[in-house]
Amino acid sequence: MSLTETAPRQIPDRLRSPLAAKLKSWESLLLAVAIGIFILNSLASPYFLNAWNLSDATFNFTEKAMIAFAMALLIISGEIDLSVASIIALASTAMGVAMEMGAGTPVLVLAGLTTGLICGGFNGLLVTRLGLPSIVVTIGTMSLFRGISYIILGDGAFRGYPSDFSWFGQGYVFWVISVEFVIFAVLAVFYGVLLHKTNFGRSVYAIGNNATGALFSGIRVDRVKMILFLLTGLMAGLAAVCLTSRLGSTRPSIATGMELEVVTMVVLGGVNILGGSGSIPGVVIAAFVMGLVTFGLGLLNVPGIVMSIFIGLLLIGVIALPRLWSMWRG
Amino acid sequence: MNALKSREAILGGAILVLVALIASRFPGFIAPANIIAVFTDTSPLMILAMGQMVVILTRCIDLSVAANLALTGMVCAIINVAAPGLPVALILIFALFMGAALGAINGLLVWKLSIPPIVVTLGTMTIFRGVIFLLTEGKWINAHEMSPSFTGVPRQDILGLPVLGWIGIVVAVVMMVVMARTTLGRAFFAVGGNPHAAVYTGINVGRTQFLAFVISGMLAGLTGYLWVARYAVAYVDIAGGFELDVVAACVIGGISIAGGAGTVVGTLLGALFLGVVKNALPVIDVSPFWQLAISGAAIIIAVAFNAQSGRSKGRVILKSAEHAQ
Repeated sequence: MSLTETAPRQIPDRLRSPLAAKLKSWESLLLAVAIGIFILNSLASPYFLNAWNLSDATFNFTEKAMIAFAMALLIISGEIDLSVASIIALASTAMGVAMEMGAGTPVLVLAGLTTGLICGGFNGLLVTRLGLPSIVVTIGTMSLFRGISYIILGDGAFRGYPSDFSWFGQGYVFWVISVEFVIFAVLAVFYGVLLHKTNFGRSVYAIGNNATGALFSGIRVDRVKMILFLLTGLMAGLAAVCLTSRLGSTRPSIATGMELEVVTMVVLGGVNILGGSGSIPGVVIAAFVMGLVTFGLGLLNVPGIVMSIFIGLLLIGVIALPRLWSMWRG
Repeated sequence: MNALKSREAILGGAILVLVALIASRFPGFIAPANIIAVFTDTSPLMILAMGQMVVILTRCIDLSVAANLALTGMVCAIINVAAPGLPVALILIFALFMGAALGAINGLLVWKLSIPPIVVTLGTMTIFRGVIFLLTEGKWINAHEMSPSFTGVPRQDILGLPVLGWIGIVVAVVMMVVMARTTLGRAFFAVGGNPHAAVYTGINVGRTQFLAFVISGMLAGLTGYLWVARYAVAYVDIAGGFELDVVAACVIGGISIAGGAGTVVGTLLGALFLGVVKNALPVIDVSPFWQLAISGAAIIIAVAFNAQSGRSKGRVILKSAEHAQ
């Protein structure tokens, strides 16, 4: 990729389309849904249209979205990582251990991020070096990473993180704009540029569409995949820093089932689960949709497990409905 | 075929070595009563692994089995509380049908809408658990609310082995016959081995995958009743995360996640391996919290081992191209 001195030829994600077709795109459909939910929510509950409540609502998706960005790239490249929630558990446990040893906030953050990076690297090595299917590898590491957390913690918990550590999950940069939301926004731009504006991003699409073809056209497939697994692990580590800081404690059951919500967010954002297509703006809007749905249901006193029914239906529905529609039309 | 046989021999040997090691320090572990207890305790995993095996053979995966088990088990318990006089045989038949119906939902979505199985079953996994909460509002159904016959059946001894263990054996034998002696069994292998070729031989790939999900669901439903009756309690989170153990049993047993390769005996040995590990931990005084990490490590080692031994010996044109696929 470093060979390309001249400007690379433009290969669009999809063919340039007139405005009408653009309006029918997945992203605009999703945006319409998001606006619809926003209006419904403000009609359903008088507490919805309040700057502080809306700011609280962002916590429903910021941590998941951090992982979802990297996961989107990973899924576009044709792989998947189901171990992200377990990486959060292990990274959070590592931070707990560091805290017990008297580490300050910078070391805690470093411990969380490094653990995430190591876990992602472990997944990546198994997939790229041994050529194992990522779905089985990460089902295995999903048990392994959380299992190590259980070995260290048992049924106990780490508490008493230093007070300045709470800045990541509970701090605000400006008025109602939380630290987590700023991290989310910065990462959205970073991953948007990485996927849509760089050679690296182009190679991710190429690998997802035809890995062998990509290899023969000079893309280092294994290296790109390795980087994507490392990024996903790092993002899980970052999410662990934010989540631990927000909750103020670590249990081995932390973030159980979050991998499902992350994958749902990515798929809802229009990323093809089989790889090859998808966009970061789609994932950003999907994050808002999921955040608004869970927050709106929460204001209506709907319990968490019932919300998970909605998430499950959303996941199947967003793929099933367009297919049902085209079957019914054709 | 020889390679497959030797793989099962290796796994069988590993289990025997493991048992021998434990028995050398704790002879009580191989007392007949304990062996029967371990086998009975592993039976639910064996039954579920039989269903998962069929699904994975057809290039799919069913992550909703544990949620299906919990939902069907809960509904069986609710029926028992509402009508304590109802014969257990009827509840058993109901459990089979309800499990199959839930499996059919997965199967239809995969067959008719061609949604990737992992997406479908990740979704139905949470939906099924959520429905249990809607049915019960999070309440538990405890032993004293169930009728003695409802909770008694799985524990009843026949020739020294509890009914639960016998059901495990019956399911395994039936699956062996189905896989080896019926056209459906061959179709499962054909669909997973090469879907395109399967179409040309007149096999309906989608329908075969649908039937695999129905079988998996049916066995999950059966296990649902057995689980609730055996532990005499039903609540939202029973068998939480058990789907991973089931997939682990299959992968350890040599079922290829790419579909089309694997045996019933291998799967049974995979389940037994996890069962022995789980039951041995308290005996050798290791915290049960180790179990999750051990089964995770076992999955990774098994899949790495299978990939090495299963790699084709064809001429390598471009070395790294192997990984790209």
